[in-house]
Amino acid sequence: MTNKEVLKIEQLTRTFEMGSEKVHALRGISFSVNEGEFVSIMGTSGSGKSTLLNILGCLDKPTSGEYFIDGIAVSKQNDQALSLLRNRKLGFVFQSYNLLPRTSAVEQVELPLLYNPDIKSRERKERAKFALEQVGLQDRMNHFPNQLSGGQQQRVAIARALVNDPVMILADEATGNLDTRTSYEVMSLFQQLNAQGKTICFVTHEPDIANFTTRSIRLKDGLIITDTPIMTQSAALALASLPKNQDYEMV
Amino acid sequence: MKWYNYINIAYRALLRNKTRAFLTMLGIIIGIASVIAVVSLGSASTNNIRNEIASTGTNMIFISPAQQQRGGINMGAGDAKSLTESDLKALKKECKLITNVSPSVNISGQLVAGTNNTPTSLSGVDVTFQHIRDLKMQKGIFFSTTDVETAAKVCVIGKTIVDKLFPDGSDPIGKTIRFKNIPLKIIGVLEERGQNGMGQDQDNVVYLPYSTVQKRMLAITHFNSIFASAVSEEESENAVTEIKSVIRRAHKLKPSDTDDFDIFTQAEMLSMVSNVTGMLTALLTSVAAISLLVGGIGIMNIMYVTVTERTKEIGLRMSIGAQKQFVLMQFLSESIILSLIGGFLGILLGIIVSYLVSLFLNWEFVLNIGSVLLAFGVCFAEGIFFGWYPAKKASQLDPIVALRYE
Ligand SMILES: Nc1ncnc2c1ncn2[C@@H]1O[C@H](COP(=O)(O)OP(=O)(O)OP(=O)(O)O)[C@@H](O)[C@H]1O
Ligand SMILES: [Mg+2]
Repeated sequence: MTNKEVLKIEQLTRTFEMGSEKVHALRGISFSVNEGEFVSIMGTSGSGKSTLLNILGCLDKPTSGEYFIDGIAVSKQNDQALSLLRNRKLGFVFQSYNLLPRTSAVEQVELPLLYNPDIKSRERKERAKFALEQVGLQDRMNHFPNQLSGGQQQRVAIARALVNDPVMILADEATGNLDTRTSYEVMSLFQQLNAQGKTICFVTHEPDIANFTTRSIRLKDGLIITDTPIMTQSAALALASLPKNQDYEMV
Repeated sequence: MKWYNYINIAYRALLRNKTRAFLTMLGIIIGIASVIAVVSLGSASTNNIRNEIASTGTNMIFISPAQQQRGGINMGAGDAKSLTESDLKALKKECKLITNVSPSVNISGQLVAGTNNTPTSLSGVDVTFQHIRDLKMQKGIFFSTTDVETAAKVCVIGKTIVDKLFPDGSDPIGKTIRFKNIPLKIIGVLEERGQNGMGQDQDNVVYLPYSTVQKRMLAITHFNSIFASAVSEEESENAVTEIKSVIRRAHKLKPSDTDDFDIFTQAEMLSMVSNVTGMLTALLTSVAAISLLVGGIGIMNIMYVTVTERTKEIGLRMSIGAQKQFVLMQFLSESIILSLIGGFLGILLGIIVSYLVSLFLNWEFVLNIGSVLLAFGVCFAEGIFFGWYPAKKASQLDPIVALRYE
């Protein structure tokens, strides 16, 4: 693991104005993430996890504070530059997959590259296929979302987040819609990607899921209450120790 | 971002909803098809009528009694009986710029041959009429000057009359037919001419000496009209002036009197018909254009629904790096592609329809390239115009709000 800082935030706040009322979702958060870390962001509902992740993902802007991705000061960027950052430096994985309907897996994964004019059609297809191979879906390239299980759909979404070779993958409750076994499979995949050097920020409120990461940041009412390294467990092992279910077939 | 990337993205999105895309296009297809068909058929019919009129000789001149009626005692002027034998004589003697003159006296009724009969209109004309209208004989002869002088009970008939009265195919020459109990001997059959530009059957004709109609059938001395030929097409304007002064003199009109007759030339007829069909085409085109507008509103409507329905997709696209302009361009491209493909199909459909109609009516098929280009232009403009607002709306969505949209 190198010590290159992929992410650094300083005194980040985010205040929502609802009419006359102010909601302080984030009240001053500072931390940094080095390349190759697998960070879980934990906290009760409403503690500001999604708000933080949206800001990290350049989808939302902080009310105050500074924030650097890969050394770039984000708050000074305009909308267009933020789009570019999202397209080149970040990968998103959502709780509800957010796949396009009636679109094949390989086309879903090509999508981020379509917004990058430097990438020609052939390279785009090759990279999309490679990303799908990385998540173990080489046999499902031409399947539509409605022909895939929830876990497979989430893998397509992970491949889509990977395909632009981002400096960081951001996942918001990426296992929230999945059963325990499938969650562990997805976590095992994330662990593999992390082992290959990918930096990951993973929002979850399930402690067992957080155990598969390398570092846990816990939020409460918009503030960090703990930020500790974790005795990382192997998701693959946890998966193997789950009671076997007759009806369930491994993908 | 390259333009074909927008097209690629928009095209993939449209493919996901083929049925809807097609139904949206339908408005444009129908609008464009009707514009193309109306314009094409309009020019085809105008051309057809022009050819028709030109084929009957552009130097023909037609004189009729003035249409306006004057009441009271002034029976001479403005009366429908104002054209008489003396006018004919004066025209023959004094006009240098006309070659042939023929009066025309018409009567309608039932024509009977044995057990067959048909309603028709008889035209009493002079021998010169054959040259004025360039009538060709298929069989037999046209009646002679002697026939006119003696008010002979002879006639020349067209193909339709032959078919109606002699369905068995027997030779009509020499047979006698009856009109209002007057026997008429058939001495000639005209060559087939088909329909004229206005759809009239030019073979449903019976020609006989005008004197026969005047004396034996109607007991009148005036004419319904007088036909003449100018020496040439270029001289027809001057011929009209000459005819005017000759008839005014014959009618003893004072300089202050208005003409009690009207003169039409074939050239005037041509421009009149062109005007009428032109107006009709313009009217129908504007009706068709309204359907284009409706089609455009249909596109806008569907684009609106699409944007709302795909809010989550828009959020996702933004989250993976689509800039505002990309989203705007994507939806704009979608509506432009929709309307252009719709336009293309509409043009095809319009061409097919007008081609089939032309074929059916025996018209020469005309395709106006200008109208095709215009149709494409209109579609492009419509795609932009009606796609702009929904696309703008899509591009201004907040990615987070859009992603959370259910
Ligand atoms: N767009 C918004 N407008 C107003 N308030 C908001 C908005 N988004 C979030 N909030 C508020 O900010 C606080 C933090 O919300 P956030 O979505 O970050 O919580 P979370 O930690 O992700 O919760 P959960 O685990 O339920 O997803 C909440 O009190 C929420 O009501
Ligand atoms: Mg949340």
